[in-house]
Amino acid sequence: MDFLRPRTLDEALAMRAERPDAVPIRGGTDVMVEMNFDRRRPGALLDLAGLAELDTWHRTADTVRLGAGVSYARIMAELADPLPGLAMASRTVGSPQIRNRGTVGGNLGSASPAGDAHPPLLTAGATVEVASTRGTRLVPAADWYLGVKRSALAADELITAVHVPVAAGPQQFAKVGTRNAMVIAVCSLALELAPATGAVRVAIGSAAPTPRRCPDAEAYAGAEFADRRLWTVGSPLPAVLVQRFGELVAAAADPIDDVRSTAAYRRTALAVLARRTLTWAWREFRDGGRRCA
Amino acid sequence: MRVTIEINGTERVLDDVWEGESLLYALRERAGLPGAKNACEQGECGSCTVYLDGRPVCACLVAAGQAAGHAVRTVEGLSTVDGELDRVQRAFLAAGAVQCGFCTPGLIVATHDLLARVPSPDDAQIREALSGNLCRCTGYEKILDAVRLAAGSPA
Ligand SMILES: Cc1cc2nc3c(=O)[nH]c(=O)nc-3n(C[C@H](O)[C@H](O)[C@H](O)COP(=O)(O)OP(=O)(O)OC[C@H]3O[C@@H](n4cnc5c(N)ncnc54)[C@H](O)[C@@H]3O)c2cc1C
Ligand code: FES
Ligand code: FES
Repeated sequence: MDFLRPRTLDEALAMRAERPDAVPIRGGTDVMVEMNFDRRRPGALLDLAGLAELDTWHRTADTVRLGAGVSYARIMAELADPLPGLAMASRTVGSPQIRNRGTVGGNLGSASPAGDAHPPLLTAGATVEVASTRGTRLVPAADWYLGVKRSALAADELITAVHVPVAAGPQQFAKVGTRNAMVIAVCSLALELAPATGAVRVAIGSAAPTPRRCPDAEAYAGAEFADRRLWTVGSPLPAVLVQRFGELVAAAADPIDDVRSTAAYRRTALAVLARRTLTWAWREFRDGGRRCA
Repeated sequence: MRVTIEINGTERVLDDVWEGESLLYALRERAGLPGAKNACEQGECGSCTVYLDGRPVCACLVAAGQAAGHAVRTVEGLSTVDGELDRVQRAFLAAGAVQCGFCTPGLIVATHDLLARVPSPDDAQIREALSGNLCRCTGYEKILDAVRLAAGSPA
């Protein structure tokens, strides 16, 4: 086995092209578990931890370009204002030790249906930036997840960054697990309101082979908010609307029975999370937290 | 491979490190520092917690090669060379927060980090900071006592 330690991104991309048997490692919080338990014996580890190019974020007026190697701890500390949904999700990942090492790049690389970064990236309409010696391409988050732990990443590519739109309204993230720390989601949900366009966006995790948006729930809520002129009136949400929204989110799931939970419980819990997060986000909007334009 | 790491303030050259080996294994088996414990090797228990460049991490989830050229501080490095214990170490002993002791090194490093960032943490902050460290003996109450005691002692 080899341990490859590129000093620059270009060097890393060249190594990635030359060594299809090398497994990239950044935080190691997924890779090292597999190594320690003999589940993976790659020809080499390709260490991305030293690459300054991956460790920075940059904010423009409407987007944050988040380097693939920025840890969850840094997202919580540095990006809670422009990216509240992703920061909330980051806060629920593992433990302080895990959040000091684990990265969104690694979450995207593993592409687990339970990965906590995925739902907020989906609702935000984020774009994954990947690079190889062939060049750079941008993959919408919605096209990233191809199956259980399968992503659109090609064998010679590395994830360099995620472009996440700055929040245009209240964002929420909620997750069900057996305790408050160190839980892989039984199910999870991200929700955001975009008052300027009247959109309600919602995505669920650990509820189908891939994390996914809930188009029917979004269309229903969008239409109801418009018909009832809720954005301008700002009245409390009608109970029937909240109830129906929860049902449609649950209907978007395609869950399984597994060691963590049952499909039926996941559906029920998703409806609860949908109702709660919609209510919280709406309260935040009415309180004027992020009333835009 | 050969890996050079600054461990507890001293540059250490470790030989015959396997490329897929964890920092935890390298510390325990090659650097002669058995303080950090191996209880799960999957990031769940925190008994392997060490500082890497000043941040607490699970040493079992860092490849030894990734630590090359970086600074690691283990529980051994919290006491002085002549063996005088840090206030967190003293508090764990005084409060009876140690039973089998397997979780103790990780909890001490996590607590040390907490008090460096938050000198007078409330209980919610303590629980959050220690949420990645499992103890199967104490029931945690004595550990919370130890953290409060350490917070009240001069650094
Ligand atoms: C105890 C514990 C608790 C956890 N809890 C949670 C949790 O609550 N929620 C959650 O979502 N996850 C959790 N995880 C899983 C893990 O922490 C996350 O998936 C994390 O985001 C992985 O990031 P990393 O940088 O450590 O990835 P690594 O382990 O370094 O890599 C993960 C995968 O991505 C690939 N990869 C990494 N970076 C790149 C890149 N830049 N380009 C291309 N490929 C890349 C690697 O080859 C590998 O396949 C937990 C893990 C542990 C051990
Ligand atoms: S041995 Fe590393 S977290 Fe348990
Ligand atoms: S004292 Fe035994 S595990 Fe904590």
